[in-house]
Amino acid sequence: MSKEKTSQNRPSEDELDAMGGELVIERLVCWYFVIALVYMGVSFLGGLLMALQLVQWNPLQGSEYLSPGRWRMIHTNAIAYGFIANCFLGALHWAIPRLTLHRVLDKRLSYFIFFAWQVVVLSTAIGIMLGQAQGVEWGETPWWIDPLALVGLALVAINFLAPIGKTKGPLYVTLWYFMAAFVWTFLTYAMGNFVPEYFVSGTSAGVIGGLFIHDLVGLFVTPLAWGLMYYFVPILLKKPIWSHGLSLVGFWGLAFFYPLNGIHHFLLSPIPDFLEYGAIVSTIAVEFVVTTVIINFFGTLWGSGKEIVTNLPIRWFYTGMVLYFVTCAQCALQVTHTFQALIHFTDWVVGHAHLVMFGVFTMWFFGMMTYLFPRLLKQSWYSRTLCEWHYWMSLGGIVVMFLDLTFAGIFQGFYLASLQPWEASIDGSYPFWVVRLFAGLVMIGGQAVFVYNLWMTWRLSVKNQSVKKVATA
Amino acid sequence: MFESRSGILLIGGLGFFLFAFLSNALVPILLYRDLPEKTVEELADNQNLIYQFEDLSIRYPEQFKKYYGEPNKENLAEALQVGHDVYVAEGCWHCHSQYVRPVSNESVRWGKVASSDEYQNRLNRPVMWGTRRVGPDLSREGGRRGNDWHAVHFFDPSSLSPNSPMPKYPWLYDDNNPSKPNKRGIAMITYVQWLGSWLEQYPLYEDYVPVEKQMQDPLE
Repeated sequence: MSKEKTSQNRPSEDELDAMGGELVIERLVCWYFVIALVYMGVSFLGGLLMALQLVQWNPLQGSEYLSPGRWRMIHTNAIAYGFIANCFLGALHWAIPRLTLHRVLDKRLSYFIFFAWQVVVLSTAIGIMLGQAQGVEWGETPWWIDPLALVGLALVAINFLAPIGKTKGPLYVTLWYFMAAFVWTFLTYAMGNFVPEYFVSGTSAGVIGGLFIHDLVGLFVTPLAWGLMYYFVPILLKKPIWSHGLSLVGFWGLAFFYPLNGIHHFLLSPIPDFLEYGAIVSTIAVEFVVTTVIINFFGTLWGSGKEIVTNLPIRWFYTGMVLYFVTCAQCALQVTHTFQALIHFTDWVVGHAHLVMFGVFTMWFFGMMTYLFPRLLKQSWYSRTLCEWHYWMSLGGIVVMFLDLTFAGIFQGFYLASLQPWEASIDGSYPFWVVRLFAGLVMIGGQAVFVYNLWMTWRLSVKNQSVKKVATA
Repeated sequence: MFESRSGILLIGGLGFFLFAFLSNALVPILLYRDLPEKTVEELADNQNLIYQFEDLSIRYPEQFKKYYGEPNKENLAEALQVGHDVYVAEGCWHCHSQYVRPVSNESVRWGKVASSDEYQNRLNRPVMWGTRRVGPDLSREGGRRGNDWHAVHFFDPSSLSPNSPMPKYPWLYDDNNPSKPNKRGIAMITYVQWLGSWLEQYPLYEDYVPVEKQMQDPLE
C-alpha cells in the first residue's frame, strides 16, 4: 500500500479491529448492509415481474400498483438507490474511518443520514407505484423527493469529507476516488433531476438524460467502487498495490474521459453527429484507461493466485474485475455506429446493463459483505459451503443471463431490420426470455442462500455473545 | 497537484465535470436556441389531431362529455398533457422508443427519420426517446390505427396482437369496460394519436375518413 499505510506508526488491521466501536460505527455498517439486502429483494421482485410479463406468465395482470411498467422502474431505482447506495454508505462508514484513522464528522449525522436515506428510497418506490414517476431513466424519482435527496447527498459528502480533510501527508488512491465521487454524485444528481425536467426539452434534454445515466454509473458507482477495491484488495492480499503510477493513470483517465461519454446512450438519434463522435471516441478512450486499472490489479494479484480459490472475498472481487473488463471491452465495440445499428433498442443493451450492475458492482458488494459480516457480528460464517453456493449461483445466473440477452439482442436487431411483422421479433425473443427468467431465478436462489446463511450466522453470534456475557458475569 | 485534495476536488471533481457539461450539454442548447419550445396549447393547434379528438367525442360520447366536455382546443391541450403524464407514469417509454433512426430500414418501417425540431416542445421535457423496443417505435404511430383499436388494445393488448407481451391497462377504463375509457384512457389515446401528427404525411397508410362517413358504410 501507500507509504502512509505501511509506515511504522500505522496500526495493523488487527489493532484496528480491537479498537472496534471507537473508530467505526459497526452497528450502522451492519444496518446499511441489511437494508441494502432488503432493497435487493425488492429489486429482484420487480425484475421477476417484468421477466414473467415478457413470457406472458404474469399472474398479477391488471393491477395498477403492481403494473410491470411501474415495477420495471422500481427494479432499477431500488438497485441504484436502495441497494448500491446503501452498500456504499455502509462500506464507506467502515473504510473511511479505518483508512484515515479519524471518525466521521458526527455520529448523530450518520444515524440521521441512514434514516433520511431510507425515507428517500421508500418514497421513491411508493411514488413510482402511485404513478408519479418522472421521465428520465434513473431520475424517475418523483419531483418532490429530488431536493430532499440532494440535501442528503450533500450531508453524506460533508460527513465523510471531514475525516479525509484531517489526514496528514499524501492521500491514498482510495481517497482520491472518494473525494471526487462525492462532488460528482452531487453534481450529477442535480443535473439529471432538474435540468431536463425544468429547463430544456427535446434533443438537449436527451443529451443531458444520456449524461445523467452515464455519470450515475461512471461518476457515482464506478469511482466509489474502485476506491473500495483499492482499499480492500491490498488489505486482503497483505501487500501494496502493484503500481502507483498506473493508479494515477486510472484515476485521472476516468476523471477526464468518463464524463464525456453520456451521449453514447442516444446514438443515431437527432443529436448532431459531431457530438455523437465525441462521445464514441471518449468511450473507446475509457476502455484503454480501464485496461491499465485491470493490469494494476492483476499485477497486485501476481504471486498470490491461490487466494482466488481460498479467499472468498478476493474471488468475488477479481471475478467482478474480469467481468468489468468484459463489460468495458464490449462497450468499446457496441459504442460504434456499426454495432449500434444492429443492437440498439434490443436486449443486448439490457444484458450489458445487468452484467455491469450485477456481474461487477454487486459482486464486489458481496465480496465486501462476505468479508465484513463476520467482523461486524464477531462470528465466522455459519457455513462456508453456503457461501460457495452463493458465489456459484450468482456467477452462473449472471453469465447465462448475459450471454442469453446478448444473443437475443442480435436476433432482435436482425428481426427489426428485416421488415418482418413486429410479432416475429416477439416470437423470436420468446425462448431467450424464458432462459432469462430461469437465469434470474438462479440468481434469486443464490441470494436466498446468502440471506439464510446470514440469518444463521447472526443467530450463532447472538448465542455466543450471551454465552460470553454469562461467562464474564 | 494530481494527488492533492485541492487538485482532486477542483480539477477532477469540479473542472472535468463542468468541461463535459459545457462541451456536451451546452452545445445542443446553444445550437437549438432559435428553436423555441412549443407549449401544449400550440401543439393542440393541429388539424390532424383535432379530427382524432372529435372522433373520440363521437365514439365515446358519454365518457367524453363526462371527462372533457366539448372537443375544443383547450380540452385537447389538457388531454394531451394528461396523456403524456400517463405515458411517463406507466413507463411506456421503457418498451417503446420515439425516434426513427437512419439505419436498419427504420424509415421504411415507420417513416421519416427523426429530427430535432420535432422534439422541441413541452411534451418532450424530458424527451421521450426511450431506451428499448420490446414494442415498436411510436413516433409515427398517430393516425395509423383507429381510436377504437387503441381503446381495445390498451384494455387487453393480446386480444388484438396475439402473443403481445404488453401489460393490460384496465385502470384507464370505467367499470372494467373497454368501450368506456376514462379521463386517463381518452388522454392516452389522444397522446398516441398526436405522435407523428405534425408530419405532412399523416396518417401514413390511410387517408383520414370522418367517423360519420365511416358509419354510413361500415363495411367499406
